[in-house]
Amino acid sequence: MTDTLDPQPSTETIPEDAPAPSEFGMRDSIIGDSPEGTDVWQRVPYNADDYGPVSDFATDFDHADKDYNPNAPKVWKQLRDDGCPVAHSDRYGGMWIPITHEAVHDVAYDTDNFTSRSVVVAVGRPGDLAMPAPIGAVPPISSDPPFHGKARRMLLPPFAPKQIEPWEDEVRILCRRLLDQMGEITPGESVVDAAVQYAQHIPVNVIGRMLGFPEEDEALFREFVHVALETIAQEPGTRGGIDDLGKYIRAQIEDHRENPRDDLTSYLMNMELDGEKLSDDIVGGSIILLLVAGIDTTWSAIGSSLWHLAQSPGDRQRLADDPEVMTFAIEEFLRAYAPVTMARMVAKDNEFHGCPMKKDDWVLLPFPAANRDPKQFEDADSFIIDREINRHSAFGLGIHRCLGSNLARLELKVAIEEFIARFPNFELAGDVTWSVGQIRGPRVLPVRILAD
Amino acid sequence: MPGSEPVPQQETDDTMQIHLDAEKCQGHNRCYALAPELFDVDDYGQAVLMEEGDVPDGLKDKARLAAANCPEYAITLTGD
Repeated sequence: MTDTLDPQPSTETIPEDAPAPSEFGMRDSIIGDSPEGTDVWQRVPYNADDYGPVSDFATDFDHADKDYNPNAPKVWKQLRDDGCPVAHSDRYGGMWIPITHEAVHDVAYDTDNFTSRSVVVAVGRPGDLAMPAPIGAVPPISSDPPFHGKARRMLLPPFAPKQIEPWEDEVRILCRRLLDQMGEITPGESVVDAAVQYAQHIPVNVIGRMLGFPEEDEALFREFVHVALETIAQEPGTRGGIDDLGKYIRAQIEDHRENPRDDLTSYLMNMELDGEKLSDDIVGGSIILLLVAGIDTTWSAIGSSLWHLAQSPGDRQRLADDPEVMTFAIEEFLRAYAPVTMARMVAKDNEFHGCPMKKDDWVLLPFPAANRDPKQFEDADSFIIDREINRHSAFGLGIHRCLGSNLARLELKVAIEEFIARFPNFELAGDVTWSVGQIRGPRVLPVRILAD
Repeated sequence: MPGSEPVPQQETDDTMQIHLDAEKCQGHNRCYALAPELFDVDDYGQAVLMEEGDVPDGLKDKARLAAANCPEYAITLTGD
C-alpha cells in the first residue's frame, strides 16, 4: 500500500542550464492588458540561475523545481518531521509555504490577511487594485470579499450538483470513445498512455461542450492551459498561443451574441451583476478561468488515480468486486493525490504561526500537503480505498471552494469506472513524467494492458 | 411500535440531533452524496438539512458519515 502510494524518487538530475523564469510571470498573458492600478511589478530582480536546484525545502522551497512534484509527499513529510509547519523561500521575491493542515486551513480562512489577487505564483506580482472591492483578473477565484461573493454566486448555479448530474451519460460516451480510439489491444503487449490518450482529453472536451465551443478546438484549449500553468520557468516569448486564444474567445462571444444558445457562454452573457450585464471582458475572464481551472486539474486527478491503480492490483480487484466502494475510493484518490496547490498574497504585514509575513509576500497553499497531515488523517500516507472519515481539502477550504468540484468528481468517477471496465488489469510500462508547478499529476503515463 | 424489543431504558442518551451551520457550508456536497435522506442541495449547491433536530434511528450511521466527511466542519451531532 504505502509502497505504491508515492512516486519512486527521481533519479534524474536537474540540468544546470534550467530555463529562467519569465520576466513577468504569466498574469499579463492570461488577462491581456492589466486593469488600471494592477500593474505587474517585481520586488527584486529575480534570476533562477542565482538559485539553481533546491537544496533545502525548508528554507529554499520551489514548487517549480522539476524534482518537487514527483517527490512532493516526501518533501512534506520531511518538513513536518523537522517541525517546520511553514517553510520559506527567497525565490519569486519571497514566498511562504504552510505545510500542515492547520496552517493551510488558517491561510485559506483568513481573507483579511491573505488576498487572492493572484493565485499563481510568478516572478512578477500584481500591484494593489485601485478598486475598493477587489475583483481581480479572473473573478471569482482572483476576488476577495465582498465582491467575491457576488461573482461566485453568479457562477454557482450551472455547477450545482443537480445541474451536473445530467452530464454523466455524455462523459461516459466520451470516455468510451477515447478507449475505442486506442485501437486493437493485445493483452500483455499493448501499451497505451493513460494521460496523453485518455485523461487529458476528458475535462477539456466536457468544459468545451458546456461552453458551446466547437469540439475540434480541443487542442487549442489544452495548449493554453499548459502555457498558463506549467511555464513559470520558461523564457519570455515562448508562451505562444495565448493572444490567439484571447481572440478566439472573443470570437466565440461574438458568435453567441448573434446566435444565443443554451450553454454556459450564453448563460454568462445573460448574467447581471448589480443590474448590469457583464462586460465582454468579465465574460471572457470567466471563460478563461473555467478553462484553466477545469482542465489541467481534473486531467491530473484522473491520471494520478490511474497511476495508483496501475500499481495496486488489490485496489483494482476491490473496485471490480464491490463497485459501491467507488463512493469512498473517489474521495481517497482526491485526498491522496490532490492535484491543486493554490496561492495567496499577503495583504498586510502580519505574524502567522510565528512567521513575520510582509505585505505582497507570496503564500503557497498546498492543499495536497494538508491532505497528508497525520494530525488530520489516520495513516495519512496510506491509500485506504474505503476510508470512511475523510475531510480532505482537495477542492480547497473556505470561500474559494472549487466551483467545479461536482463536475470534477463526476469526470473522475466515470473516467475510472470506464477505464477499469475496459481494462481490468494494467501495469506501469515505462517512465512516468510528472507535471511541473502548482498542478500535480502525471503528464506521460504509459501502461501495459494485461489479460483480464 | 413494530417488533417486541424493549424500549431502551436511557432513551435520552439514544437520541441524536443533527445541526447544519449554513454559514460554514461551502458547498462541498459531501453530505448530500453520502446521506441524501438527510440533506438536499439548493440551486447554488449549498447544503440544506431536510429536518432539523432528531435523526431517525435508521439514519444515524449516515448522519455520522455526513458529519465525518464535511471539510468545513459545518455539521454537528449532539446526544450521540
